[in-house]
Amino acid sequence: MLDNLSLRHKIPLRIALLALLVAVAVSGSILLRAHEVFEEDLKLSSANMGRILSRSLTSAMLHDDVWKAYEVINTPFGLSSTQGALQAKVVIVLDRNRQVYVSTEPDQYPILTDLVAANDELAALSRELDDELLLEQQLIAGSAFSNLYVVTPIVSDGVLIGTLIMGYSEEIFTQRFTTFAGRAALTTLLIIVLLVPVAAYWGRRFAEPLVDLASCMSQVGSEAPESVECDLLEVRGNDELAQLNRQFRLMLAELRDKADLERQMIAAERLAAIGRFTAGIAHEINNPLGGMLNATNTLRRHGNLDPLTAKTVNLLERGLLQIRDTVSALLVEAKTESHPLTQQDVDDTRTLVTPVAAGQSIQIEWRNELTGEIEVASTLVRQVLLNLLLNAIQATGEKGHVACTVRSAGDALCIEVGNSGEQMSDETIAHLFEPFVTGHDSGRGLGLWVTYQIVTELNGTIEVSSGSADTLFSVHLPLPLQEAA
Amino acid sequence: MKRRTLLAALLAAGATGPLGLGAIRAETGPLRIGITPVFLDNQTGFIDRWRDYLESRLDRTIVFKQRSTYRQIMDLLLGEELDFAWICGYPYLRFQYALKLVAVPLYHGEPLYQSYLIVRADDHQTGSIADLKGRIFAYSDPDSNSGFLVPQYQISALGEDRETFFRKSFFTWAHEKVVAAVATGLADGGAVDGYVWDTLAVRNPELAGRTRIVSKSRKFGFPPIVASRTARDEETRALQQVLFGMAGDPEGQLLLGELNLDGFSQQDIALFNGIGDLIDALSMS
Repeated sequence: MLDNLSLRHKIPLRIALLALLVAVAVSGSILLRAHEVFEEDLKLSSANMGRILSRSLTSAMLHDDVWKAYEVINTPFGLSSTQGALQAKVVIVLDRNRQVYVSTEPDQYPILTDLVAANDELAALSRELDDELLLEQQLIAGSAFSNLYVVTPIVSDGVLIGTLIMGYSEEIFTQRFTTFAGRAALTTLLIIVLLVPVAAYWGRRFAEPLVDLASCMSQVGSEAPESVECDLLEVRGNDELAQLNRQFRLMLAELRDKADLERQMIAAERLAAIGRFTAGIAHEINNPLGGMLNATNTLRRHGNLDPLTAKTVNLLERGLLQIRDTVSALLVEAKTESHPLTQQDVDDTRTLVTPVAAGQSIQIEWRNELTGEIEVASTLVRQVLLNLLLNAIQATGEKGHVACTVRSAGDALCIEVGNSGEQMSDETIAHLFEPFVTGHDSGRGLGLWVTYQIVTELNGTIEVSSGSADTLFSVHLPLPLQEAA
Repeated sequence: MKRRTLLAALLAAGATGPLGLGAIRAETGPLRIGITPVFLDNQTGFIDRWRDYLESRLDRTIVFKQRSTYRQIMDLLLGEELDFAWICGYPYLRFQYALKLVAVPLYHGEPLYQSYLIVRADDHQTGSIADLKGRIFAYSDPDSNSGFLVPQYQISALGEDRETFFRKSFFTWAHEKVVAAVATGLADGGAVDGYVWDTLAVRNPELAGRTRIVSKSRKFGFPPIVASRTARDEETRALQQVLFGMAGDPEGQLLLGELNLDGFSQQDIALFNGIGDLIDALSMS
């Protein structure tokens, strides 16, 4: 179930879990240390207390002053009753015979009680003491004892005159430790409360690009690359996430380019096929057409034709001429001899279209940047330019404007003709260069076909882009110098 | 115990000499008064007020001196480092040759008090000191009549050996602490000044209530205020006048109220014959 969870939730959850683990581990180690410190504390302070008390007890015992000894061992009890303070539960002073000399609990350990007879725990303690000479301070604790015992010798002039036993309840220790542990737990909780929103934020920051990427990727393959809709935010930096993001966007762009290329190739091949097809048909038509025109010509020249026949021959001849025009229009002849292109050739074209444009109140923005002679067939370029301009003027409609730029870009001649006409649909653009396709009522729809044929003949390219503001035809014609090289 | 006491007394007397240092004491110097735990001498506030009272009445600077044992006060008194002291009748009798009786407090209208034998309140068995044989016993001070001499006499009267009668005994150096020792169970029984116990029963009923009076001794002369050789007669008379007048003066009455006493009276040494009898009895046994 957790496997199916989105990274958006999984990452914050994991961070929170990690924070919890760290907090617990840190608190745990601190608690462990605190435990040790408490233990050391208890030992140290009880050992010190033992030394202090034993010193005061020396004179009391030497003078056999039971009451003074009693007051001495009760001193620490009067000092503080604050919670958690290290305070002995019971203090017992033994005389040389290991009988109780005085204790803070006279009821439990009356004067002159044998230690062994007092209770099991003290009997065990007594056995522990047997092993040692008792001139050193000892800490006695263990599973056999419910208390920690600090045993301090009471010595006068190197002679043992008594023994001070201080019993520290484990409860004090436990209580202190519990208090501390409670505080640690609270702190841990606080840390987690503070960390969880941070974890959520970081997790989201980390997960969001991945989630976006995943949703984009899921579209790839199922949808065409150009219609894959995703607004992938660019991820800064150069970490794996950023790389992934960048690579994916690159891949998407390449997929789109490839799809474009494929579409262009298909279009070009279709146009080429149409070209071959039309050329074939045109040749097949041209041969009998030439014969038929010869026949009509002969008829008119040699025969005294009656008016009806003459009229019929004329009709035939006009029809045949129209067929020839159409067929020759389909057959673009690129082999026409012509002089190189000059600035004047381009400007002549302008002169030709200006009246047409003026008729529709269209302004032409003209940029002719050519200088000198350009080694490209001027007739063909003029035809291309003329076709594009007329086309543009037609597409623009009333009071629009047309822009034309002709320039030489080193190894190519660039012609750009734009118009402010309506945007063309993708469908229109796909079949734009096919013959007999027309966007308007007049014309045969051969202008762009011819233009395409010429450009293809000249090894150039023609591209159309159509937006809401304008439609632009761009023609690139490689210069022959380049071709020769 | 007894031998050591006598030795100390001889030493003290020897050091003093017939003239004494007091003879050259300035007349305007402070009057030095020793106090012992024959009353609740740990009430520092009260002692200051009493000193102020005496100072204003005597028109003299008063210095109260407190020590942890009767013996130390006695040493000071016999060493003429004190002019007056409030001590127990027992040391007074022993050192009467060097001391003058100044005043004896009146308790319940008479210059007498008793020694109480006390045990823990939850000890319902003990009916007399005989029942405490082989137990732990708390005395107040070896120089105290009520806290030492009386129980010693009682043990003697039983025909027992005073040294071995109790399994163990110890001194608390103050009557109030005898009560505490018995109350906490440190001692099974104790001997205490009856006046101190009665007063404690009023001032600290919680502590006194944890003890029970087993028996009360016969009455003895109340611990007196005595003068050392350094005290001049006119000083003694002046102090007597002030002490005797306390009962007739509102401020003095207030102080007496705090002391739980009725007043001070002039008495003869014969008042302490009872204590003398005990001393004699014990020295014979």
